[in-house]
Amino acid sequence: MKIGAPKEVAKGEARVALTPDSALQLQKLGYDCAIETGAGTAAGFSDAAYEEAGVEIVKTPAALWKAADIVAKVQPPTETEAKRLTKGKTLISFFWPAQNEELLELCRSKGASVIAMDMVPRISRAQKMDALSSMANIAGYRAVIEAGNNFGRFFTGQVTAAGKVPPAKVLVIGAGVAGLAAIGTATSLGAVVRAFDVRPEVAEQIESMGAEFLMLDFSDDMSGEGGYAKPASPEFIEKEMELFRAQAPEVDIVITTALIPGKPAPKLWPEEMVRLMKRGSVIVDLAAEKGGNCDLTVPDEKIETENGVTIVGYTDFPSRMATQSSTLYATNIRHMMTDLTPEKDGTPVHDMEDDVIRGATVTHAGEITYPPPPPKVQAIAKAPRKEAPKELTPEEKRAEELAAFKAQTKRQVGLLAIGAAAILAAGLVAPASFMQHFIVFVLSVFVGFQVIWNVSHSLHTPLMAITNAISSIIILGALMQIGSTSLLVTILAAVSVFMAGINIFGGFLVTRRMLAMFQKS
Amino acid sequence: MEYGFTTAAYVVAAVLFILSLGGLSGQESAKRAVWYGIVGMALAIVATLIGPGAGLWGLSLVLIALGGVIGWQAAVRVQMTQMPELVAAMHSLVGLAAVFVGFNADFEILRVAAMDDTAKAALEGFAALVAKKTPVEINILKVELSLGIFIGAVTFTGSVIAYGKLAGKVDSAARKLPGGHMLNAAAAIGSILMLALYLGGAGSWTLFVMALLAFFIGYHLIMGIGGADMPVVVSMLNSYSGWAAAAIGFSLGNDLLIVVGALVGSSGAILSYIMCKAMNRSFISVILGGFGGAQGPAAEIEGEQIAIDAEGVAAALNEADSVIIVPGYGMAVAQAQNAVSELTKKLRGQGKEVRFAIHPVAGRLPGHMNVLLAEARVPYDIVLEMDEINEDFPETDVVIVIGSNDIVNPAAQDDPNSPIAGMPVLEVWKAKQVFVSKRGQGAGYSGIENPLFFKENTRMFYGDAKQSVDKLLALID
Repeated sequence: MKIGAPKEVAKGEARVALTPDSALQLQKLGYDCAIETGAGTAAGFSDAAYEEAGVEIVKTPAALWKAADIVAKVQPPTETEAKRLTKGKTLISFFWPAQNEELLELCRSKGASVIAMDMVPRISRAQKMDALSSMANIAGYRAVIEAGNNFGRFFTGQVTAAGKVPPAKVLVIGAGVAGLAAIGTATSLGAVVRAFDVRPEVAEQIESMGAEFLMLDFSDDMSGEGGYAKPASPEFIEKEMELFRAQAPEVDIVITTALIPGKPAPKLWPEEMVRLMKRGSVIVDLAAEKGGNCDLTVPDEKIETENGVTIVGYTDFPSRMATQSSTLYATNIRHMMTDLTPEKDGTPVHDMEDDVIRGATVTHAGEITYPPPPPKVQAIAKAPRKEAPKELTPEEKRAEELAAFKAQTKRQVGLLAIGAAAILAAGLVAPASFMQHFIVFVLSVFVGFQVIWNVSHSLHTPLMAITNAISSIIILGALMQIGSTSLLVTILAAVSVFMAGINIFGGFLVTRRMLAMFQKS
Repeated sequence: MEYGFTTAAYVVAAVLFILSLGGLSGQESAKRAVWYGIVGMALAIVATLIGPGAGLWGLSLVLIALGGVIGWQAAVRVQMTQMPELVAAMHSLVGLAAVFVGFNADFEILRVAAMDDTAKAALEGFAALVAKKTPVEINILKVELSLGIFIGAVTFTGSVIAYGKLAGKVDSAARKLPGGHMLNAAAAIGSILMLALYLGGAGSWTLFVMALLAFFIGYHLIMGIGGADMPVVVSMLNSYSGWAAAAIGFSLGNDLLIVVGALVGSSGAILSYIMCKAMNRSFISVILGGFGGAQGPAAEIEGEQIAIDAEGVAAALNEADSVIIVPGYGMAVAQAQNAVSELTKKLRGQGKEVRFAIHPVAGRLPGHMNVLLAEARVPYDIVLEMDEINEDFPETDVVIVIGSNDIVNPAAQDDPNSPIAGMPVLEVWKAKQVFVSKRGQGAGYSGIENPLFFKENTRMFYGDAKQSVDKLLALID
């Protein structure tokens, strides 16, 4: 079968769904590859590079759509493109089936199978083909770069001969893939980064990327299905706004990434906040395509407000880094094809039992298969809300210590009393000779406990070897008996002496051997 | 005949033994400590040979020398990975010796009881001691020697089985005869019965039966304990061999035996306690065998184990600044410690911070990993305990887990239904990246799935630990 990638027709789209690298991998799966001439130019891949990778160059879009059995694209097909599909052909691209019902119907009527890269379920197994994540990652990175481009100061704080520069303060709202990528990029540039998300379970991820998690004191669980957040209640939004109001005058750069699936982007940064911000601050709104998280965002444009705040509303961040995003997207497609081609024989198998393939397929065999049943596993396990340990007042602490001390004293005195009583009781019956030995025994146990507690963990094996060696002290008993006039006693004692002899030498030698190995660096 | 000199020598020996154990608190002082132990032992034996053990001293010396040669050979030849086996095997010798000495004491009692006063006066050594005892003392003596025989016998078979399991000669899975602990309980009750009969004057056969029952208990108890609980088992047997020596010391009226027995006994007891605490299990539950059933359905694990090849691991290592290696029994099995040490050296040569995190129950013997790493010339100051290093994982770039499983299982913290819930574990998953070197996809010893392997920052590096690390070595520049 042949996989073909046409040149993207959407305006400003520089990405391409097939790279020379991914073509080589696809050929290993048994597919032939074809590309429309010039399709990769904008992303930095020349026709010659493709040819070198064994990709057939096709002159016109029409010829490519005709020749390819599987068409790999980035953007959803236009109507013209969709009409070129025929029965048996497969289309792989972003599709947004919820917003593109007519297009979906058109594809169905043509009898083609459509695999929507945006519908890949967000479960661990499907991460390697999760194009939304790989694009979001790029968007997050690019957002910081765009912000830096429009921000008149350093990100990192510096003390120079020419004066002190404070670090830029960045607030990232929404800690999805894009948000986390933005946090990572901003921290590595040296900015002080704070991040907010309605899902408490991402706190750990935020902190792992080096940002401070702004905690909202609210008990609702806001985690929705598939790793996204649910819409918020009015009380929650009120609390949230309060938090942002406190942050707005302080931060220099705000990057908003909040999206709720199938809904317009939530308005998290109203005009009021923009007014509170300092002159020269930058807002990058990654949700611009869905209406923007900021009230003033103009999709696809960069504007400057009256109080000197720049708002970047570009919707094509990944396309602005076409080489990188094409590489990642083509790899996502390649992984999808790997899953679709279990036999590596160049023939795709639509296994509708497979969670990932089922989820991504929106039309198949003349039927619309969207929406899919909900995925069986959750993206990120919801974290149980942790109770913060109560801070104890000094008095309480003192009382607690006192109680612990009392309990300990009680226990110790109790044990001592019982032990003493038991020994006294034994002393009443046992003869004096026994008690003498008994004293020695009890004292030795005490000494043993005191001494052994101090032995360092790493020397436990030598400790065992040495205690083993000295436990052959039993040889003394055998030595005392070996001189007996009874032959049986002598023999048994002799065997014991022999065995203990093995132990003494073996034990001490091996201990020495081990200890000699321990050395400082 | 009094042995004033012998007693004095015993006092010195006892002090030396205590110093010898105390010296193990640090690596440097430990090297001196062994000498204290050796001198103490030599002193004790010499003092006994010229004192109460003077009979047949020539034979004794020859036997000790012969035993010494064998012990020497064993100590020189043993691989550090076989250390648990050697220790277990040597415990069995002490146990058996205790049994023999106990029986001898019984024979002597009988023999002496049959003599008249003039014959008694001519006795030497232990027999002379027995001859002076009153009937009450003889009875106490009998209790003591039975205890010595009983504990010694349990130690003997227990150690033999432990040795077999550690050496792979006996299946390391937990096995029990039908009847389980009821059999042990029955044997224990039988032993007490025999003791009562023996004290009642029923003769030596009761002791034989008791020894047999104790042999069975030792065998059956240890058969019922699985491989990963061996650290507890070995330290427990260590403790028993000490108590057996102490009991024999009572019956022989020898204070040095009592002192040393008590030292060894308490040492083993503390080690067992530390091991149990490290697994968050009670001593009883370890000894009575196997993991208890889960208290509820274990949390389901999602995701997949993602494999990685040597190139991937090497690239991550080349980029990392801080690396923590978590070794486990798998490293010992694959004999990978030298390769790991080589890797450590290379990485440290590049100025990276490399450290080792050791869980208290990693391996099959307390401190097993420390000894292996020391053998491979890993400096001990970069080998850290769990409590010292657990805080540092979040700041660590790469963690390499080599052949350990349960001790890095996050389920112990996250999943209250997990059989190992509450066990302290190394929090490796908090590091930026975790590589797990593992032979295959199977679950660990406890049969518990390990969610660590499914985490997003975990990559599985399948293959024999030694070969895997060797492959890495070639790729680290």
